[in-house]
Amino acid sequence: MIFFKLIVTNLYRHRIRSLISVAGIAFSVAAMLTVVSILQGAIGMFSSILSSDSQIIVFERNVSDLFFSSVPAEAVSKMAAWPMVEHANPVLFGVVSSPGHPIITCFGVTPTDARLQKATWVQGDPHSFAGQAGAVVLGSRAAEFLATSFGSTVQIGHASFRVIGILKTANGFEDGGVFMPLGAAQAFFHKEGASSVITVKLRDKDQARAFKHAVDSAFPNLIALEDEEFNRSYSQFRIIKATAWAVGGCGLLLGGLGVANTMIMSVFTRIREIAILRVSGFSHAQIAGVVFGESALVSLVGAASGLIAGAAIILGLKLVPALHGYVEATVHPTVLLAVVLLALLTGALGSLYPAVFAMRVRAVEALRFE
Amino acid sequence: MMPLRQFGSMSTSVLIARDVWKSYDDGTVTVLKGVDLDVAAGETVALCGPSGCGKSTLLHLLGALDDPDRGTVKVNGVEVKTYPDRLHLLRHQVGFVFQLHNLIPDLTLAENCLIPTLAAGIDRRTALARLNELAERTGLSHRLNHRIQKLSGGERQRTALCRALMNRPAILLADEPTGSLDEHTSSMVFELLLDVVASEGATLLMATHDRGLAERCNRLVEMHDGRIEELAYAR
Repeated sequence: MIFFKLIVTNLYRHRIRSLISVAGIAFSVAAMLTVVSILQGAIGMFSSILSSDSQIIVFERNVSDLFFSSVPAEAVSKMAAWPMVEHANPVLFGVVSSPGHPIITCFGVTPTDARLQKATWVQGDPHSFAGQAGAVVLGSRAAEFLATSFGSTVQIGHASFRVIGILKTANGFEDGGVFMPLGAAQAFFHKEGASSVITVKLRDKDQARAFKHAVDSAFPNLIALEDEEFNRSYSQFRIIKATAWAVGGCGLLLGGLGVANTMIMSVFTRIREIAILRVSGFSHAQIAGVVFGESALVSLVGAASGLIAGAAIILGLKLVPALHGYVEATVHPTVLLAVVLLALLTGALGSLYPAVFAMRVRAVEALRFE
Repeated sequence: MMPLRQFGSMSTSVLIARDVWKSYDDGTVTVLKGVDLDVAAGETVALCGPSGCGKSTLLHLLGALDDPDRGTVKVNGVEVKTYPDRLHLLRHQVGFVFQLHNLIPDLTLAENCLIPTLAAGIDRRTALARLNELAERTGLSHRLNHRIQKLSGGERQRTALCRALMNRPAILLADEPTGSLDEHTSSMVFELLLDVVASEGATLLMATHDRGLAERCNRLVEMHDGRIEELAYAR
């Protein structure tokens, strides 16, 4: 209890400085949580597009981005014919622009595609999707920002299209996207006879290994990955995740510098007290314990405040109408744990030098100058 | 001065300094120049001399807070320099009282006194019993839960005395313990110090400027310019 009071006392004595340190950690944790969660949410949304009613993704081997992947139509038809396959749907991804909107994701899909079948059709219906030249279906968010409506014509890229349906989906990318019949999309993006990926549903999940082996044998330039594997290994996802942690890490580093500054000042302003603790029989470890205890307390309070602030920011972003569907922040317990542990680690690292300094305080020198 | 009582033989000395030298600032300032001193168990010894003569430095060396450049310092027969567990000396054998009370202002009287027991890992119940015993003896029982800022100078110094004695050290080293107090309070605190030291059966080595207080000790040792010049028996 007295040990804890020794820790709290000094923080309370310099409460403004302590609060600034807590705020530093809190802002860092909030920033890290927000960035990591939003990007993980974005990754989750993108992977859910790929894994809609499927377990396996097939794409061109060694491409850095699925937009550059080119899977021949014959691969689709052959795989669809394999006995282990329930269905194989080709999807062509493209990025188009329209006036005022430089990036709109475009999906070239077949009428039987699960994305169309599972979506809520606000206007139009899945049956109207096939066979209409120069027609598109818009996600409801896309219809909103393109300021267009069912039956009207919309300028996308270099061409105009008639809107034959508007659908609503929980996935922000899909809800803000444009759906074209696969053939039309291939023509529009000059990728005739090709798709970006094939999403495959197997009759039996346990046949995934056999399916991947079959793809390797039949199409050496293609790779088949299960959804989980894809999420782990896709370079774009890895880059995004690394960036998120790096940005958050930089934030925590700044917070850690704040803690270091506080702890250094804390030690410098009470060298005499440390000397008295030494004279009273405190060991080096006990002295370091006081310093680390202070930083741990600052970090814990900062992390807790940061988690609350981060959750509030995420909630706030989700409520912004313009971001609806795009910010699907997913806060995994592992992320929470990692953020709190990183905050503690930052605090510990920040107090390393002050703790060593405190341990080296020579009581006799501190007491000589009464 | 007439010697009234000679304390202890060399064999019962709890503090021994032999040809002790100590300098600071890379040897440019020599504070102790071959000091020899023996303090017997249960003795009260006053170390007198002008400021800067080396009294505090000698106390620090005898209290295992520092090492001499040359010479030998023994506490309870053990040479400090080679003693493997110096913390044990600080926790259980030596207590310090300073001119400035050196209490932690934001803690209460009781909390300040309990710090040495925390360091030594003494269980709370035993520590509280000891605290109550010392507080009663020093007249501080009614102030246990008061913060240090609320205490008078005399009460603070009595608190420092309690803290120094919490772990029942055999030796109490006091560096101008009444130096910051007025004459009346100083005399009162010193009387208490002698009384408590006697009842605890401890040994007292006290640095002081105050000849009046020094002469109330068993022995008075004069220091001048880093040397012990005269061993005078106060009474």
